[in-house]
Amino acid sequence: MPPRRVESLRDAYGKTLVELGEQDPRMVVLDADLSGSTRTALFGKRFPDRFFNVGVAEQNMISIAAGLSTGGRVVFASTFAVFAAGLAYNAIRQSVGYNRANVKIVATHGGLTVGGDGGTHQMLEDVGLMRGLPGMTVVVPADAPETAAATRFLHASEGPAYMRLSREGFPVVTDGTFHLGRFPVLRDGSDLTFLANGVMVARALDAADRLAAVGIQARVLDASSMKPLDESAILRAAKETGALVTLEEHTVLTGLGAAVAAVTAERYPVPVRRIGTPDVFGESGDPWELLDHFGLGVDRVVDVAWDLLRERGRVA
Amino acid sequence: MPGSYPAELLETLSQRALEMRRNILRMTHAAGSGHPGGSLSATDVLAALFFHELRIRPEDPAWKDRDRFVLSKGHAAPALYAAMAGRGFLPPGELLTLRRLGSRLQGHVDARKLPGVEASTGCLAQGISMAVGMALDARLDGRPSRVYAMIGDGECQEGQTWEALMAGAHYHLDNLVGILDRNGIETDGSTEEIMALEPVEAKMQAFGWHTLSIDAHDFPQILDAFAEAKRTRGKPTMIVAHSVKGKGVSFMEGKAAYHGKPPTDAELVRGLRELGVES
Ligand SMILES: Cc1ncc(C[n+]2csc(CCOP(=O)(O)OP(=O)(O)O)c2C)c(N)n1
Ligand SMILES: [Mg+2]
Repeated sequence: MPPRRVESLRDAYGKTLVELGEQDPRMVVLDADLSGSTRTALFGKRFPDRFFNVGVAEQNMISIAAGLSTGGRVVFASTFAVFAAGLAYNAIRQSVGYNRANVKIVATHGGLTVGGDGGTHQMLEDVGLMRGLPGMTVVVPADAPETAAATRFLHASEGPAYMRLSREGFPVVTDGTFHLGRFPVLRDGSDLTFLANGVMVARALDAADRLAAVGIQARVLDASSMKPLDESAILRAAKETGALVTLEEHTVLTGLGAAVAAVTAERYPVPVRRIGTPDVFGESGDPWELLDHFGLGVDRVVDVAWDLLRERGRVA
Repeated sequence: MPGSYPAELLETLSQRALEMRRNILRMTHAAGSGHPGGSLSATDVLAALFFHELRIRPEDPAWKDRDRFVLSKGHAAPALYAAMAGRGFLPPGELLTLRRLGSRLQGHVDARKLPGVEASTGCLAQGISMAVGMALDARLDGRPSRVYAMIGDGECQEGQTWEALMAGAHYHLDNLVGILDRNGIETDGSTEEIMALEPVEAKMQAFGWHTLSIDAHDFPQILDAFAEAKRTRGKPTMIVAHSVKGKGVSFMEGKAAYHGKPPTDAELVRGLRELGVES
């Protein structure tokens, strides 16, 4: 396997904002003193009149965004995930969610791969918080091309949305399309299914390669559409492969694993194993070292899959 | 009235601050990330606190009657760690583990890992509220502890900062001292261009604090300000400390670019040379 190309999700986001800004004069972008990091500065440079950097004031930013959207503008607001979903939670809940504002919150620096900034900055609960809000669309893209496609999709769709991006670039694994409510099949297989989002999609594909080398065919689904979920893809995987492993750079308590387990438990119970962070805060470290440290390494994924197949009598 | 301070004390503080600045460069360089700019602007005030003002016991960091220092602008962690190392809370050699997996020196100051850090911070504006709580705690106990908290000027754009100021004044916390590191710069550039704060001292005064303005790189002024805060009764004091972001390292001074960017190999050598270290 040639190594995959690594591309920055936030660069893709920033560039797509500029592209959309050229096409649509209704586009407005906000940031809270992190515009260089989130890449909204690209839009700000091109369209200074339609860009508002409100300073270190995330709650204010979100509610201003909601107000700006009331006359038909399409509003994107960005900061790090911990300050968006975390600090500004109730502004998102009420100003955006309850008011059904057409605001797209695009949060960068999600998860452990924030790295050195440490546990205070490594947001591992945002997907759960955002999925719990009625009417909120939630997207966790796997790579830069999917990020660009999802940004275009969100621009064209109406209503509240949250998209989680990363500080680090991730390997390119998708075909660069995005489909709300659908989990693209990145690799087919019948022995078990990996459902992953974000950086863990590439790791699921790596684990599937390793399993293929010993004759086990794993299906890999890109669960970027975290709300709405692709329930039919989950149930099909349950029926056709009989065992599911979820992978996310997020706490297993409230993210993809919890969502998949709930769907299967109600409609078609099969064994599910959740890979993600356990009930702990993150800490400082190299991004990739942190993924391994918290049990999100490819070796661990292979081990979990192997144990699951052994329990089911599929391997010795 | 300005105090006069023994030349020896002023010399000690200068030397301590110089060593802290060298360590801030070394640490962020070794880590490959971190926040040198706001660490260097805060250095002299932290040196005055840790090597003179604070009643603390490095050998007994949990001593109940100690003074408390909260670094509300938690990204200036390298400055606090450098001060704590100089004061004996940790071996200086440990400084180079900043931001490594397993280190006690987290990217933002972490009380869970390093004894002597009073509050884990990082998400801005919470530290100043925690300091209000600590000052109330000391008063309820009748303890002599004084509470010092340093906030950034970008941090003042957060609503919570003003909620904390309101509360500090409302509860008449004269055991509470805020230090505003007024370096004029936040992540994306100048505070006045992004979301203007001025007249910031008048605003804080209007919120019920005793306020004063000083040069954040002048030790007699810093020590005078602490003394004035101690004499002030019935309200908390905010020291508006006018500072230079990146102070002491010419190519970092006044530059937003070094808010969150460590020195390169060549910049480390150059910066250390400016701080009196020949390689
Ligand atoms: C609530 C919150 N929002 C955003 C950030 C990201 N951030 C870290 S430092 C910083 C700028 C702070 O500027 P200032 O307070 O002036 O710090 P200083 O100049 O003293 O370094 C920002 C926006 C944060 N840490 N916390
Ligand atoms: Mg500042």
